[in-house]
Amino acid sequence: MALLLATLVSATALSASAAADEIDFGRDIQPILAEKCALCHGPDEAGREADLRIDVRDSAVAAAAIVPGDPDSSELMVRILSEDPDEVMPPPDQQKPITAAERELLRRWIEEGAPYEQHWAFVAPRRAEMPEDAHPVDAFVRARLDEENLKPAAQADRATLLRRLSLDLTGLPPTLEELDAFLADESPDAYEKQVERLLASPHYGERWARWWMDAARYADSDGYEKDLPRQQWAWRDWVVGALNRDLPYDQFIIQQIAGDQLPDAGQDERIATGFLRNSMVNEEGAIIPEEFRIEGIIDRIDCIGKAVLGMSLACGQCHDHKYDPLSQREYYQLFAYLNNDYESIERVYSPAHRQRMTKIDEQIVKHVKEIKKAVPDWEAKLQTWATAEREKQTADTWTPLHPSSAEVPDGICHPEILDDGTVLNLGFRPTSTRLTVIVDTQETEVTALRLDALTHGDLIFGGPGRNFRGTFAISEIKVDAAPLSDAENFSYVKVAEATANANKSVGLIDPFFRRNKDDRRLTGGANFLVDDDLNTAWCPDRGPRWRNEDCHAVLRFEKPLRNEGGTRFRIAMGFRHGGGDAHGRRNNFIGRFRVSVTDRPEPRAAQLPSEVGRALAKPTEELTAEDRQNLIIAWARSEEDTKMLAGKIDEQWSAWPEGDSVLNLATREAKFQRRTYILDRGNWQSPTTQVEPGTPAAFHALPDDAPATRLTLARWLVDRQSPTTARVIVNRVWQTYFGLGLVTTPEDFGTRAERPTHPQLLDTLAVELMEPTVPTAAAEPPQPWSLKHLHRLIVTSATYRQSSQVSAELLERDPNNKLLARGPRFRPHAETVRDIALTASGLLNREMGGPSVFPPVPEGLFALSFVHVDFWNTATGPDRYRRSIYVFRRRSIPDPVLANFDAPTGDQSCVRRVRSNTPLAALTSLNATIFSEAAQALALRVLREGGSTDAERIRYAFRLCTSRPPRETEVATLKRLLDRSRKRLLAGELDAAQIAFNEFTKPGDLPPTATPNDAAAWTIVARVLLNLDATLTKR
Amino acid sequence: MTNPLRDEMARQTSRRWFLRQCGVGMGSLALASLLNSEVQAVEENPLAPRQPPLAPKAKRVIYMFHAGAPSQLDLFDFKPELAKWSGKKPPAELLEGYRAAFIKPDSALLGPKFKFARHGQLGVELSELVPYLAGVADDVCFVRSMKTDAVNHAPAQILMNTGSQILGRPSFGAWTLYGLGSESNNLPGYVVLSSGGGTSGGASNWGCGFLPTRYAGVPFRSSGDPILYLSNPRGIDEVAQRESLDALRELNEQELAQFGDPEIQARINAYELAYRMQTSGPELMDLSQETSTTLEMYGLDAKNPKPSYAKNCLLARRLIERGVRFVQLFHEAWDHHGNLTAGLKGRCRDTDQASAALVRDLKQRGLLEDTIVIWGGEFGRTPMVQGGSGDGRDHHNRSFTMWMAGGGLKSGHVHGETDEFGFNIARDPVHVHDLHATLLHLLGFDHTQLTFRSQGRDFRLTDIHGHLVKGILA
Repeated sequence: MALLLATLVSATALSASAAADEIDFGRDIQPILAEKCALCHGPDEAGREADLRIDVRDSAVAAAAIVPGDPDSSELMVRILSEDPDEVMPPPDQQKPITAAERELLRRWIEEGAPYEQHWAFVAPRRAEMPEDAHPVDAFVRARLDEENLKPAAQADRATLLRRLSLDLTGLPPTLEELDAFLADESPDAYEKQVERLLASPHYGERWARWWMDAARYADSDGYEKDLPRQQWAWRDWVVGALNRDLPYDQFIIQQIAGDQLPDAGQDERIATGFLRNSMVNEEGAIIPEEFRIEGIIDRIDCIGKAVLGMSLACGQCHDHKYDPLSQREYYQLFAYLNNDYESIERVYSPAHRQRMTKIDEQIVKHVKEIKKAVPDWEAKLQTWATAEREKQTADTWTPLHPSSAEVPDGICHPEILDDGTVLNLGFRPTSTRLTVIVDTQETEVTALRLDALTHGDLIFGGPGRNFRGTFAISEIKVDAAPLSDAENFSYVKVAEATANANKSVGLIDPFFRRNKDDRRLTGGANFLVDDDLNTAWCPDRGPRWRNEDCHAVLRFEKPLRNEGGTRFRIAMGFRHGGGDAHGRRNNFIGRFRVSVTDRPEPRAAQLPSEVGRALAKPTEELTAEDRQNLIIAWARSEEDTKMLAGKIDEQWSAWPEGDSVLNLATREAKFQRRTYILDRGNWQSPTTQVEPGTPAAFHALPDDAPATRLTLARWLVDRQSPTTARVIVNRVWQTYFGLGLVTTPEDFGTRAERPTHPQLLDTLAVELMEPTVPTAAAEPPQPWSLKHLHRLIVTSATYRQSSQVSAELLERDPNNKLLARGPRFRPHAETVRDIALTASGLLNREMGGPSVFPPVPEGLFALSFVHVDFWNTATGPDRYRRSIYVFRRRSIPDPVLANFDAPTGDQSCVRRVRSNTPLAALTSLNATIFSEAAQALALRVLREGGSTDAERIRYAFRLCTSRPPRETEVATLKRLLDRSRKRLLAGELDAAQIAFNEFTKPGDLPPTATPNDAAAWTIVARVLLNLDATLTKR
Repeated sequence: MTNPLRDEMARQTSRRWFLRQCGVGMGSLALASLLNSEVQAVEENPLAPRQPPLAPKAKRVIYMFHAGAPSQLDLFDFKPELAKWSGKKPPAELLEGYRAAFIKPDSALLGPKFKFARHGQLGVELSELVPYLAGVADDVCFVRSMKTDAVNHAPAQILMNTGSQILGRPSFGAWTLYGLGSESNNLPGYVVLSSGGGTSGGASNWGCGFLPTRYAGVPFRSSGDPILYLSNPRGIDEVAQRESLDALRELNEQELAQFGDPEIQARINAYELAYRMQTSGPELMDLSQETSTTLEMYGLDAKNPKPSYAKNCLLARRLIERGVRFVQLFHEAWDHHGNLTAGLKGRCRDTDQASAALVRDLKQRGLLEDTIVIWGGEFGRTPMVQGGSGDGRDHHNRSFTMWMAGGGLKSGHVHGETDEFGFNIARDPVHVHDLHATLLHLLGFDHTQLTFRSQGRDFRLTDIHGHLVKGILA
């Protein structure tokens, strides 16, 4: 018990000065009201008792709960003092009794007139006064230390300082060369030069991108049951690049939330919106996609709340917030901003890709010129051709039908019939199934059916299919028909001919889908639809340039079908051209389609592909350059003289790069706009009142004329008037340096959060971020919202540079270093732990960007995976030792090396990692493959370049790991281990080859003077060095 | 009364207290004394066992999670009326507002596929597929009126394990460890064992959400290293390992003397615990000390007990004997949309004997009285048929069965009842939240009071729900 009391005393010591001086509402009263009263007398209208609201002064006074100046008449006091269990507040069953000290505070506050003030976080930050020329960080930290009668610590030694700075700014320890250069630099601005060097390093972007990726819940897989791999690294690389070029934070946010809606948005701005698409995607069998689409938006709001606004918004999903001013309506108004997007997957082209595309485009322009040259009167001929084709197209009339049902067996997925009569497949992607559509036509005579495969923004690359290229293959189509007058009486309809306007040339199925090496299935033209052979399929894939376009197939009946009063068709599409997996990755399913009928004689598919058909349908004045080019090429294909040239163009197109891809957002077309409703208790099946986009009233206002777009939301988030945005990001940056934020709950600045330890510092830094005035050593004057400016300010402070040594007294007084009377000292993030080992051992591959790499994982790890993991191609080359930011992140079964050091899974936004210190982590850095390879490599490195005596080598290795020279006692301990291990090796008690080498190294890699025994003994020592607290800690 | 939040603070202070009172000399104590649990009590240990605020009926939990959702209608909840209606469409009023995951709601009904008979003193009706369970029916409490909110696997598994469909909440096991700590000095307090396939819910099923990482379930593997990275790298023998760790400890102690950061002491302790795990892990997995009678009771081949669900059941007993607080077995194998008859036969052959043996074994050893044993999936299966072959059932969240045994629970008891088709609950519904509230009660907690603050809110396993199910309390 004594122990417990001691804790409580020390925990409150930091704010104990409160009792003596006057009452501060925000500090003394508001927390009591939020904690003990707000649940029933707070913002939540539905949960409010006795119609009394106590967090708003007018309501509390009007209800006489508070009579300013007269505590004895205030019902609030009467009730909290009452001894009657039916009267006393809070009700005993809530188990939140008001303490004597709190009662006294409330009494004094009411006596003083019960002044309220707005919660600090909802008032925009203002620069606080400070002595001129003072460093803002030190000014406020010192002022607080003075109040507490504490002295700051001395500056850390240089080696420690450079290690701390390098780990913080780049996530990598300094090299020995960098250390020596700094130690030798006697100029007064030696430290500032290091700051500038590290801020300019490309590794700065990597280190801080990983920090942002936590908040952005980045992962390389979809999550949920399937948890299939996704391509999202292009977004990660965008973040690295944006931070390296110091994209101002307001732009950084705007681009990530609405980059696609910016004027002149290019690929980069569209990639940026991948931020919101980092949400998980559920493609479990039988799900209703809408349910998980809504989950995705809820996740996006949560992420914006934590990462940008610093508010827990999630409560608003089901009800008005209990403590903070956010109503359920306001929650869904935010929701409305995010409710009209396509969940897009877009192709992304690298500079190398784009170079190739430019070259191809140039070649095509050249060939078009040749075409024109070859046919001098090409213009007239093109006109004639176009007129004829246009007439054909106009005459080619089809009646679209609205399906009454579209189903697959066992409901493994649920095709959705859209308002326009098209059918859209989202959710589970079957690799083998049959899709049956029922359509009715009132027409008496039908000569053919037409199946249009259509693009849609929610499909991969726009579709029209759902395979990894956005295309599909249909193995067979079977048509049955019944007269509407006897609609169950179906009979088989024989199809005489199937044609399509897009056909892959006949060949063996794409290797990605092959079930085994003897897989003889074919893909090709539309005739495969009706050849009674499930091993052949129509595949409309026209290659990388044109595959993601609409296309259609026409099924002409052997004889016209006549039913007075109309016909019901049952159309069954067989999909038997998927791969061997049951989880959708190798599906070849259709994405969106429509069924139409005609009664014209001899109907066939159009000869022209859809993009040409579209151009033909446009009035001349609306034709784009691309349309014109497409028309010329299409015409050239039909002319004997130009066929060859057109063929050359097609060849060029087939060399079009496949590109990479990213999940991002795109604005929905008008015809697919959604309305937003408040969802009762957050249930997606219970929409109630319709709402329009809007922002919460407790925050700053929107401009009057702002359109209801995502871009408006994005701009609002980073408005100069936002009370929280700048504070939140300053706080998170601060937290990364010092272990704790100035607000210890970075995700929540609401009324129940602990108040900032240094409110003036937080506010001054927030304003300084938005409107920089403090001069620094940077070459250029800082721009508004520059994160590098913020970093520079923090790391150049004396506060940051303090030694982290701590006395027992100070530890007792301030265990968590909230007062900052010493420098930071803690174990860095998982990624840095791994990167330190790779750097010290010399294994680190500093290559930047690109697809994530698969690290070695323990055998059998994926036995716990629901889906068979056939995509984990463990890196064996240099990629194995890439920085941890590039390690593949699988949500359901993450790489245990990172997970055991508390790396988040990416399931949801994480703005504060836990920092554990567990035996599992110890086992990881002792035994995991990557660490044992690092120990072996460090041993070789030391033997190669660490000098010639044991003592020299120990010093060298010790510095590589910890950046500081070892003390003599440390050298002695290590020397003992080295000697002892050598002895055992010599005695044959240990096997040198087993210890020293792995599948990638061999005795031949040894420097000429070293023996395998040396390498083994050093491997044992290196393993200890890599596990030192001094190695694993930023200090 | 115990307040876990306050305990967290106390734990932080106790570390400092230890440093002050005992100097920095943890490392100077010999390893032998580290293994002595009296000394251990002095050692700073955030997982030290704690008394719950209420009088507990049980101290530990073994939860056999049968993922994929076993068919209650063919195993535990006999519906003669359903047999009569087999092949017919269900009455329309039954289906109002109903949505199944895969099938059309008005699919035909499907009668039970197996024979049922009465067992034990109470005459609990059980299917012929679970003869071993029938043998311990008098020790078991059946809840035939379970219900849940989710109808897809991943969300339903997450809900059953964490009390929420939203990812990022702590699992039941993590809450238990947070509330009670662990009595094991050399094994994790919450151990997860898997057989069958991987689960839909993945690691979130045993995650710690916003609780500190030490409360997360630690997956043990039934072959190879029981704990990831437990084995030393190639060629490092026991002596080299001890010598390396001695050197490491010496160096870290010097660092501690220099910097005074208690985290260094915590790191020294973590490495020593890791070392102890290297011994205790293999010892745990070594079944050679078990009698052949015991092995055979679980259905294990006494000469070669292969990795299996049965082996995991036996390991569960061995784990709790060694002070582990919470053991969770996952067996993902029950998603019988089709091939139900053969599938169920096979799954029951794999699991029935060992599940029942665990109950029997615990009882024989006097462990059942303060251990909670739970058996169940994430939801149930429909009375309606799925698939053209007439041999499958879809997901059903309106009613299903779970069974439990042990500390504080009624034995030989059936709680709740479904309607004549096994479609809706007819009596005494038990929602997942109610189950959680009741289990926490048995462990000594008021479920509304075991909380952790995250994002300004006090979270609990039961969210804002949950009622004590008094009907299953002994």
